[in-house]
Amino acid sequence: MTRYAYYPGCTLEGTAREYDASTRVACAELGVELAELEGWTCCGASSGHATDYWLSLALPARNLRLAAEQGFEAMVAPCAMCYARLRHTLHDLRDPAARQQVDALLDAPLQGEVKVHSLVDLFCEEERLALLEQKAQRKLEGLRLVAYYGCLLVRPPEILEPDDPEHPTMLDRIIQATGATLVDWPMKTECCGGSLALSRTDIALELTRKLLQDALPRGANGMVTACPMCHSNLDTRQRQINRHYATDLHLPIFYFTQVVGLAAGHGVKELMLDCHLTDPRPLLAEVGIR
Amino acid sequence: MEMPVLTLALRDRPLADRVRRRLQVDVRRCYQCGRCTAGCPVAYAMDAGPHQIIRGIQLEQHAWVLGRNTYWICASCVTCTTRCPCLVDVARVMDGLRELALEEGIRPSEQTVKVFHQVFLQWVRLTGRMYEAGLVGLYNLRSGQLLASADLGLPMLTHGKVNLLPRRFRGQDEVDRIFERVAAMEEDR
Repeated sequence: MTRYAYYPGCTLEGTAREYDASTRVACAELGVELAELEGWTCCGASSGHATDYWLSLALPARNLRLAAEQGFEAMVAPCAMCYARLRHTLHDLRDPAARQQVDALLDAPLQGEVKVHSLVDLFCEEERLALLEQKAQRKLEGLRLVAYYGCLLVRPPEILEPDDPEHPTMLDRIIQATGATLVDWPMKTECCGGSLALSRTDIALELTRKLLQDALPRGANGMVTACPMCHSNLDTRQRQINRHYATDLHLPIFYFTQVVGLAAGHGVKELMLDCHLTDPRPLLAEVGIR
Repeated sequence: MEMPVLTLALRDRPLADRVRRRLQVDVRRCYQCGRCTAGCPVAYAMDAGPHQIIRGIQLEQHAWVLGRNTYWICASCVTCTTRCPCLVDVARVMDGLRELALEEGIRPSEQTVKVFHQVFLQWVRLTGRMYEAGLVGLYNLRSGQLLASADLGLPMLTHGKVNLLPRRFRGQDEVDRIFERVAAMEEDR
């Protein structure tokens, strides 16, 4: 079995700690062996590439080097932002001149090549989906979920290689395997404005409102995401949106790993479903999960 | 025969040349279909659409281009790049324009976006990882919006989502050196 270098990324130690907890639970269920990368540091996220191209390659490259040094062949990054930055780096460093440049920015040059996966990719492998179906003993069909990909799992497609950048189905297939009810959703790859959440909150609220307001009339009672920025934007800002637009929107937002964990019989506390600001517990109680 | 073309790489134009070296994006290919702007989720908040920015670069209108808020408002969703029929990496052009504006010391039309990025990277350099509570705190201080997101602070805290104190992580020393080397490299240019 492949042992993956686990790159949690900064948010999974803070605002997205429930993504970390549920990732560990879901990976244990689905046979993904994780070993946290020792000494990992920030990938630079959007601020890196938004202001300095070379920094945006060098910061992830340091982590890729660590993974190779620690004997890993593959790395998994649950955070969509980290995943995208690591993949961009792998891609751009195929150019020998860029690689030489980045090597000179690090304490030691990169050796070998480590593959980078999103957790969504790994869970979508046929055997894992089958295993998930097998393990999904708890009845979840009362959860009617839209799959929300946002930007960083699918764009740009040459670098992130989703099944389809405009109509991806990876998360959809995972939701179906959990036994929850999938609600088809054409807005699944629209941006939530996460990168502007602090600096232009008005824009983030507007884009987030559009998503919530479109998902609810389709009958969704929950949204599933794989991105901490999307989750934070969608989960924590519903009260602000309702105040700002005089709406009454309420839609619990789940990490897909939490839904996988629920399907396999894990508890609300263990999956940290009690730390979302838009409380999913009333909904879960409705479908018989406490 | 080589056609005369409008390009970022016009010779003896120091500004255009710097853009080209950074981006390696060929904006000559753009035929102004406007698809990037049509699909841009934040075009409504821009004072010029992405396709107009590309046109501005084709026409060497640098002052006009860098004076727009387009590249500060860009949310980096990469929809434009993904849908461009001419394979112009529009999102990367936006990144490049931000870099250029920072280098040129052009006062950004969206000061808060610039402050956010700078504060974010400052914490990464200081600790090795992003420090969320510090990001919000310092951002509010520097952007002069002391109470921004304040209504989220308490619920985030009570839901156990906040690390109150920063911590220095292993590897921070190398991260600091990376920042230093990047700055030195760019000064050499």
